Amino acid sequence: MGLAKRIIPCLDVDKGRVVKGVNFVGIRDAGDPVEIAKRYNDQGADEITFLDITASHEERATTVHMVEAIAEQVFIPLTVGGGIRELVDIRNMLNAGADKVSINSAAVYNPDFVRAAADKFGSQCIVVAIDAKQVADNRWEIFTHGGRKPTGINAVEWAIKMADFGAGEILLTSMDRDGVKTGFDLGVTKAISDAINIPVIASGGVGNLEHLAEGVLKGGADAVLAASIFHFGEYTVLQAKQHMAAAGIEMRLD
Amino acid sequence: MASKICAVIDYGMGNLHSAHGALQTVSPDTQVIVTGDPEVIMKADHVVLPGVGAIRDCMAEIRAQGIDQVVAEVRKTKPLLGICVGLQAMMDRSEENGGVDCMGLFPGQVRYFGDNLVENGERLKVPHMGWNQVQQVVHPLWTGIADNSRFYFVHSYYVDAVNAGQVKGHGQYGVDFAAAMGEDNVFAVQFHPEKSHNAGLALLKNFLSWDGQA
Repeated sequence: MGLAKRIIPCLDVDKGRVVKGVNFVGIRDAGDPVEIAKRYNDQGADEITFLDITASHEERATTVHMVEAIAEQVFIPLTVGGGIRELVDIRNMLNAGADKVSINSAAVYNPDFVRAAADKFGSQCIVVAIDAKQVADNRWEIFTHGGRKPTGINAVEWAIKMADFGAGEILLTSMDRDGVKTGFDLGVTKAISDAINIPVIASGGVGNLEHLAEGVLKGGADAVLAASIFHFGEYTVLQAKQHMAAAGIEMRLD
Repeated sequence: MASKICAVIDYGMGNLHSAHGALQTVSPDTQVIVTGDPEVIMKADHVVLPGVGAIRDCMAEIRAQGIDQVVAEVRKTKPLLGICVGLQAMMDRSEENGGVDCMGLFPGQVRYFGDNLVENGERLKVPHMGWNQVQQVVHPLWTGIADNSRFYFVHSYYVDAVNAGQVKGHGQYGVDFAAAMGEDNVFAVQFHPEKSHNAGLALLKNFLSWDGQA
């Protein structure tokens, strides 16, 4: 017995609809977020993450209402990311029913924001999202703006710094792999997981159930995140958990 | 007959919608009220003490708003459920934030898991975050919930109980820690029942139908 590894279905939400693109472009509609969240909850998802890709401030109110509607019906942890730039954004999402927020670009531009957020709301609700691209052998760098903008920051060093600043968890997305279904970038996952003492969620590239198991067994991830393999009915969350359990990974199956 | 009232104590420490929503879902006939008003809390049939964030801030608010005195009264009279930092606040003292005195309903300390936590040769991350099993000790609040069911935890500090007889659920994470404490009409859990899917909802339902007899 012990702590189970987690499966986290991820919903990219734009104007109140779940969408999914390839390498952050080529958007495809995948349905109503409340219905989808309920379905994953019923299938045994350990948490659910929403990434709000909505551009404008006005449309963000839609996301707050969506989180409220989901929190009324889904009793597992909810994380909301996308556009979290100020303490008031965190307050709004937590008040709407989110348990954690995921901070991405704002952490890169102002690392002290992570420190302030952890101090105010507690590390347990602060996830720092890292979008990394491989730039050389054993070197990955942080990119912002959906992978378009390089920063020159070393991803492993950045993860160590964010943990030090009070992040409770790291959501690591490989921008090379996102949406292409060839599996996680296990190199960067392992490098970051070994370097820090807070949980790491592996994301980007899942195309089959074995990829999920590899993220834990070879990447050392504490949780694995996937979107499209669940949205379009290829696999259920339960099938994914059963596959991982059969690979010898501790999972919640009750 | 008037419907029963459950007060979820609001002392300004974060979002209580989840606890409120889950309690209301498992018992639509109960009037679940989020409140910091001592009069309303004292009139309630069941009382929930939640808590998130750092213990220093939680205890400061608990004292500033007189919640410690309300809890001391509730403790004598009606079913009381502590959740997460709500449990930790019921212990003698916590190591967090350089050491903070708590309410002392249960003897024992709240300790840091440590940065070098290991179990079966595997390094354990802190916070302890995710779904872990709870080994139950017979208590009415576990009714209908399978032993070793998993609940959702997220914490870096754990309860080290002095009185083993008050430990009503054991968790394992590098150390054997108190996942649940209980004595008379008080029950308190380290995990988040409101975020623990069916097992958590079942525990909340048991609490709302509990008469406080252990």
